[in-house]
Amino acid sequence: MHNKTLAELAQGLQQGDFSSVELTQHFIDRIDTLDKTYNSFVTVTSEQALQQAKQADEQRATGNAQTLTGIPIAQKDIFCTKGVRTSCGSKMLDNFIAPYDANVVEKCNAAGAVLLGKTNMDEFAMGSSNETSFYGPVKNPWDTNAVPGGSSGGSAAAVAARLTPVATATDTGGSIRQPASLCGVTGLKPTYGRVSRFGMIAFASSLDQGGPITRTAEDAAIMLNVMAGFDERDSTSINKDVPDYTAALNDDISGLKIGLPKEYFGEGLDTEVGKAIEAAIKEYETLGAEVKEITLPNSHLAVPTYYVVAPAECSSNLSRFDGVRFGHRCDDPQDLEDLYKRSRGEGFGAEVKRRIMIGTYALSAGYYDAYYLKAQQIRHLISDDFHQAFNDVDVIMGPTSPTTAFGIGEKTDDPVTMYLSDIYTIAVNLAGLPGMSIPAGFAQNKPVGLHLITPAFTEAKLLNIAHRFQQASDWHNQAPADIA
Amino acid sequence: MSLTPTDIEKIAHLARLQIEEADIPNYSRDLSNIIDLVDQMDAVDTSGVTPMAHPQDAVQRLRDDVVSEENQRDTFQSIAPATEDGLYLVPKVIE
Repeated sequence: MHNKTLAELAQGLQQGDFSSVELTQHFIDRIDTLDKTYNSFVTVTSEQALQQAKQADEQRATGNAQTLTGIPIAQKDIFCTKGVRTSCGSKMLDNFIAPYDANVVEKCNAAGAVLLGKTNMDEFAMGSSNETSFYGPVKNPWDTNAVPGGSSGGSAAAVAARLTPVATATDTGGSIRQPASLCGVTGLKPTYGRVSRFGMIAFASSLDQGGPITRTAEDAAIMLNVMAGFDERDSTSINKDVPDYTAALNDDISGLKIGLPKEYFGEGLDTEVGKAIEAAIKEYETLGAEVKEITLPNSHLAVPTYYVVAPAECSSNLSRFDGVRFGHRCDDPQDLEDLYKRSRGEGFGAEVKRRIMIGTYALSAGYYDAYYLKAQQIRHLISDDFHQAFNDVDVIMGPTSPTTAFGIGEKTDDPVTMYLSDIYTIAVNLAGLPGMSIPAGFAQNKPVGLHLITPAFTEAKLLNIAHRFQQASDWHNQAPADIA
Repeated sequence: MSLTPTDIEKIAHLARLQIEEADIPNYSRDLSNIIDLVDQMDAVDTSGVTPMAHPQDAVQRLRDDVVSEENQRDTFQSIAPATEDGLYLVPKVIE
């Protein structure tokens, strides 16, 4: 059952091939036996899941099944789940039982999904390897000595290892697409404002966006149908109709204009990864697409700009963790300042502290214009590059990440080297565009992801382009050797 | 640009973060490297470029000033480290 896609499982439930209780128990058993190796879950909600599954079966029996009725899913531990610990990968929230559900969780529940548990992640989503988690690193199912990517490393590894059919995730600078690429699965970051941020623990509010990690583009479309939509409680949510994202999946893509930014194929790109990407582009040409070289001249500024915007917003957002209202509190505080300093000093890990300090510095008196304001201006230039490019092409393609999954511990000593792992994904967040990573081959026996970027609010087209590739290729059906 | 140990202590204080004395040299090195990365922005002439705050150029949505949330004090305080009589407890602030 675990090798079936979400679409196939929904059909199986509908036809009565198996019940949700059977399906849920199957995934719980897999998590129990296999996740000791991968560490992709922080919390497994077995009892609650079986209860939900039982209710789902009853609901189906009465003829009231919804899109996800009885489908087991995993939620990234950044989404608040009422009554279930929501740790965000941090010691700070190790004891935090969320008092309400995130909008994404509400929507998944309303659609009938069964919650298997909460997936591991980099602490407060700050990381590209899942090594900053308080709960320890996640292992890549394709090579357990390698990282799964991050920050949604637990979600990507869990889907790759067939421990859940789908998982939710979030993407601030590549945190859905990069781990999807490194784990050989499909990841979709929607347009900024498409999925509500309500109850999704904030990292960098002008960049954060939730989306699904799945095995196929079709499953991503089904999940986006559930997750997308306007929410009054998110002040940057966009009030725009949600189309049926599955409707255009099979549309013909002949005549599709693909732009290849020359900046994405230069220095730093692994040769074998580059070859896999070229082969994938060739496949698109056989499907009738036209390829054109384009330029995104400010690409090299994306990482520097991001490391002002994201830390600045993070330093502001994470000021709420003060040891007073929820989360970690130090023992025997001497005075209020001691309470703040020690609660935060003990509760946050090194990478979170680095980012809070960079952000604090960038926003401190006298530096605002030189850093945050300057970064917001360059952000405009980066965004304009994309708008310019989309005058000539329908979709921009390239590698999702410059390398395949790197070794655990390989980049932890040098934050800047780690940051460059997101060199191709970050600009998409700065511009607020939708982006996907889909499996496109292997290099060094590890998965390679193809990165697809389209204009704002064209997820239906993006999913169509990804789906047509998956109809013509088999990369997304490959499973790690240990996964039977 | 390099951030000295004194700079690091000042920034940590502004951020209300306790950091270990022994870790200061590492923070000093790592944060200086990050600032060097960020300083690549200096090479760009941005005069006249409008800063971008929201990718869709949306502006803050406003709502009517009416009560929209119910009181959930008990629920929220049930996860607080220390409360008494419906109030959050912190060390004495005023002598």
